[in-house]
Amino acid sequence: MTVATDIPATIRPSSETLLTAGQGKPRNMGQLVRWLLLFIGGIIMIMPIAYMISTSLKWPHEVYNVNLIPEEPTIENYTYVLEDGRFYWWFVNSIIIATITTICNLFFDSLVGYTLCKFRFPGRQIVFIAILSTLMIPTEMLVIPWYLMSQSFGWLDSYWGIMFPGLMTAFGTFLMKQFFESVPDEFIEAARIDGLNELQIWWTVAMPLVKPALAALAIFVFLGNWTAFLWPLIVTNSTEMYTIPVGLSGFGDEADVAWELIMTGAAISTIPTLVVFLIFQRFIIRGVVMAGLKG
Amino acid sequence: MANLAVRNLMKSYGQTEVLHGINLDVADGEFVVLVGPSGCGKSTTLRMIAGLEEITAGEVMIGDRVVNNLEPKERDIAMVFQNYAIYPHMSVKKNIAFGLRTSKMSKPEKEARIQEVAEILDMQLLLDRKPNALSGGQRQRVAIGRAMVRDPAVFLFDEPLSNLDAQLRTQMRLEIKKLHQRVGNTIIFVTHDQVEAMTMADRIVIMKDGHIQQVGTPAEVYHQPTNAFVAQFIGAPSMNMLPGTLSGDGVQLQGGRSFKTNQTRETSLEVLVGVRPDDLTLEAGQSILSGKVTVREPLGPETLIYVETASGEIIAKASGRAPPEVGEAVELSADLSNLHIFDADSGNVLR
Repeated sequence: MTVATDIPATIRPSSETLLTAGQGKPRNMGQLVRWLLLFIGGIIMIMPIAYMISTSLKWPHEVYNVNLIPEEPTIENYTYVLEDGRFYWWFVNSIIIATITTICNLFFDSLVGYTLCKFRFPGRQIVFIAILSTLMIPTEMLVIPWYLMSQSFGWLDSYWGIMFPGLMTAFGTFLMKQFFESVPDEFIEAARIDGLNELQIWWTVAMPLVKPALAALAIFVFLGNWTAFLWPLIVTNSTEMYTIPVGLSGFGDEADVAWELIMTGAAISTIPTLVVFLIFQRFIIRGVVMAGLKG
Repeated sequence: MANLAVRNLMKSYGQTEVLHGINLDVADGEFVVLVGPSGCGKSTTLRMIAGLEEITAGEVMIGDRVVNNLEPKERDIAMVFQNYAIYPHMSVKKNIAFGLRTSKMSKPEKEARIQEVAEILDMQLLLDRKPNALSGGQRQRVAIGRAMVRDPAVFLFDEPLSNLDAQLRTQMRLEIKKLHQRVGNTIIFVTHDQVEAMTMADRIVIMKDGHIQQVGTPAEVYHQPTNAFVAQFIGAPSMNMLPGTLSGDGVQLQGGRSFKTNQTRETSLEVLVGVRPDDLTLEAGQSILSGKVTVREPLGPETLIYVETASGEIIAKASGRAPPEVGEAVELSADLSNLHIFDADSGNVLR
């Protein structure tokens, strides 16, 4: 068995715990209660996903039955959704919007966070507090000004219109600033002496050291934009500009909501989020900043 | 390589002045150590030379250029930091090569230079490793390699050995000294450890509270300290300070002996008589003090004894083989030429 050497010994599972973990017998009541609570928590987490998949495999007449296992499972819904041209467009729209927004957030949030963290200039605190204070304004309040802005720029019903409010976020800036605090000034000073300019230092020295934060931010931003509903619903008019959540909500007609199709679309749309999570989670687990300093 | 001069260097943070006009000349190829207690301004001085701190007033000259307004990269210096500051996401080779990023050398030249440095520091086999696979000493060597690769005019070391364990520190001390003898660059080295300063320096600069106290060779600062602070800071264990009164050509120790000195004063003067534990023995000589042994510290070849006297507790040196017992009354003697007499008010040595 190999144990990752860059995980501190205090949080690395000891050989003893690894051995006992495999035996699978609760040692006392306390442990039993803990397991039970975790089990209940796990069930609560997994039920909506299980129902989503279950519903996506049901015929319309069976949708309102609460049974988890469909009586007559079918993949008809998947065929319908994938062959429906609209879903393809929503999927592409969502991919484009979530990807560009994520890249822009990683770039702008980290640049601003780095500047606020590592440079001393007059008004630095005021700028930081101003950025933070925007966190306290609910999205619902911002929707109207955003809409008016989009209208005046001619961005209604366009990618720009959907993306612009989220290209840089106060939360991301705050997160990155806090992570840059953990990058010792010596790294930056050493690079400065080695002749790099400030932009090069940010890119080649500071950014690689906050990869875990960038990964976390990438996941948050991607998921946030992938599942965004309110703003895309307001700013888009034509079916081709819809994102997946907006588009799916429109499945069905006035008489009935086609839950089986919505759940099918939702099931398909979880795939990219899983991919993003799997790509970035390994960076989150590995903290590398301290390795170049005193051991 | 180049000489370096600091002229009337001052540093203030807001209203607080932390450096009060430092003057220092470092010759080409010289190894100068700045030493002093925490907060004495040694690191600030070094960082101002490096260009990492703004200069409030005064001048820093490297070679014949005033570098006050130059960026760190334009000053032709390299710096090694206390916590190494080698980049954890780069291999050893990339870390060393990092110093050459902005150089105009061709690729084969850079490669040759990296190999040369790796050879000097005995790191050829470590080049592909990441820093987290290196020991503390190896990491420090990488940091030195990154500084060396650019062949700077002046090397700046900011307490580079503080994070190493005692054994490794002794070893790295020797390696840095050998390295200096081999490459001959000008080095300015900051430490709070007087042993490091004594063992490595061509000249030592002792600082306190933003002032230079004394500049001299290790022998000079040890044998001819200019004031009581230097006398007590340099040397371990620290110099004993015995309060007394100087009148005529004799000193009367508080609650104890009087003896003749080479100093004469017409009016009486409160003084501190400094005597190093090494110079205070149980052997025959001018008897200075008597007292009872309270603690013994055997060091092998000799034993340090703590003696309770009328002038307070003092440290003396006894034989390693047959030291006096705890509680035993002893008579301590010294060669009068080894006594240092300081003005009790100013702390300055009387000459």
